[in-house]
Amino acid sequence: MPEVMTASKPGQAATTSTILDVKNLESWYGESHILHGMNFTVNAGEVVTLLGRNGAGKTTTLKSIMGMIGKRTGSVAFNGQQLIRMTSDRIARLGIALCPEERGIFASLDVRENLLLPPVVRPGGLTLDQIFELFPNLKERLKSQGTKLSGGEQQMLAIARILRTGASFLMLDEPTEGLAPVIIQQIGHTIARLKKEGFTILLVEQNFRFASTVADRYYVVEHGKVIDGFANADLSANMDKLHTYLGV
Amino acid sequence: MQALYAQLLVGLINGSFYALLSLGLAVIFGMLNIINFAHGALYMMGAFCAYFLLNLGGINYWWALLLAPIIVGIFGMILERTLLQWLTGLDHLYGLLLTFGIALIVQGIFQNYFGSSGLPYAIPDQLRGGMNLGFMFLPIYRGWVVVFSLVVCLATWFLIERTRLGAYLRAATENPTLVRAFGINVPRMITLTYGLGVGLAALAGVLSAPINQVRPLMGADLIIVVFAVVVIGGMGSIMGSIITGFALGVVEGLTKYFYPEASNTVVFVLMVLVLLVKPTGLTGRAA
Repeated sequence: MPEVMTASKPGQAATTSTILDVKNLESWYGESHILHGMNFTVNAGEVVTLLGRNGAGKTTTLKSIMGMIGKRTGSVAFNGQQLIRMTSDRIARLGIALCPEERGIFASLDVRENLLLPPVVRPGGLTLDQIFELFPNLKERLKSQGTKLSGGEQQMLAIARILRTGASFLMLDEPTEGLAPVIIQQIGHTIARLKKEGFTILLVEQNFRFASTVADRYYVVEHGKVIDGFANADLSANMDKLHTYLGV
Repeated sequence: MQALYAQLLVGLINGSFYALLSLGLAVIFGMLNIINFAHGALYMMGAFCAYFLLNLGGINYWWALLLAPIIVGIFGMILERTLLQWLTGLDHLYGLLLTFGIALIVQGIFQNYFGSSGLPYAIPDQLRGGMNLGFMFLPIYRGWVVVFSLVVCLATWFLIERTRLGAYLRAATENPTLVRAFGINVPRMITLTYGLGVGLAALAGVLSAPINQVRPLMGADLIIVVFAVVVIGGMGSIMGSIITGFALGVVEGLTKYFYPEASNTVVFVLMVLVLLVKPTGLTGRAA
């Protein structure tokens, strides 16, 4: 099954190039073996979504790509460069940025400090003005303590701070978790806008109704492996399978 | 009244050393999660460093104020790279044992070569003499120690709480893994932070050399009180450790005037009381 996943999809345009190529990725938290050979690819300019139940290994996949997991094996190639032995600070400097699960807003930093924390790793990031245009709420809350913001504002801050850095490959871990529908919609618009501006996005979602509004392709993750994958156009044809996979 | 002011001044001076040392301990604890029992030995090394600079190199007090913290700070960073870094993720007890062991070894080496009695270090010419303030006589050097320590403490507070670099430091204290995943070299920051904390201890050592003489065990005596100060102030807070340091020095001084018998124990009595009422310390955040 994994071999199928690394092959290019018929729906893809011929000009797309693979930005991220994950092969046989395995990783461990201490003694527990979480990823059992993940295989998938992300092409330039795509929004790819990892779907799966809680504990399937989606977050661990993002963390493993980012080098935040101590023990990992296999291959993670980013623009042809092998990441599997790199430390996470060096991986970030190649232009990969993570918006972590539960947002990772720092309580001892105010909003401005949170926003400016990730260093600019390469040119081409959004300016502060462009960020405030995307997220006007943040501009009014710059002096507030980071964790005093509402959940939605914190999520926006968590996305906003990685847009400044010049990273063109973004990994968003459940950006809609626990948020009100109107905010989820706003985040959906933001992702669509970022895609239009040329960002490549790897999204982790439980909410495939939300994912279907932004994603080009899906991979289904179960027990630390990719067990299926399809394009957004084939979503309705795969609905039955998806219900079985996700148990919804 | 003269005696009261004199004791208050002694209290402020001790408070200066408490503040500089507990500030360094707080910074190190925040970033490395290590209770640095080697702090007293590093303070002593700062004083010895000033002594060596003067007597072997003819380098005066003012240069020692700059050079001793750098030299001892580099020694601290080597300690961190070679020994302390392996403590990551281990129980606090290992850090305590390792740094306590380092303190004993360092102090033992100095005692072996210099005995236990003090070596003199002269007050620099510019700071000799005193001023009559009307209500008391103020030795200039002592006034200098208080003012300079206060300035250094506030500068450190500003660095940590108000600058970009400080924001990295605070963020890395909260979530080092995420900060590193943003592209910041956290291990290097940890080493530099340890160097900063050690440098502050060495600076206190230089300041103390003309007052307390230079002795291998000068830090071992002081550090016990400093740990009580840290416990009272709360381990993680920068401003908390500065204020508590100065305040407890003054409390000690006042006790010396009003009830001298209790002056050596008052800090520990306060520690017990604070632990009973607020186990995280006066300004401490819950862990």
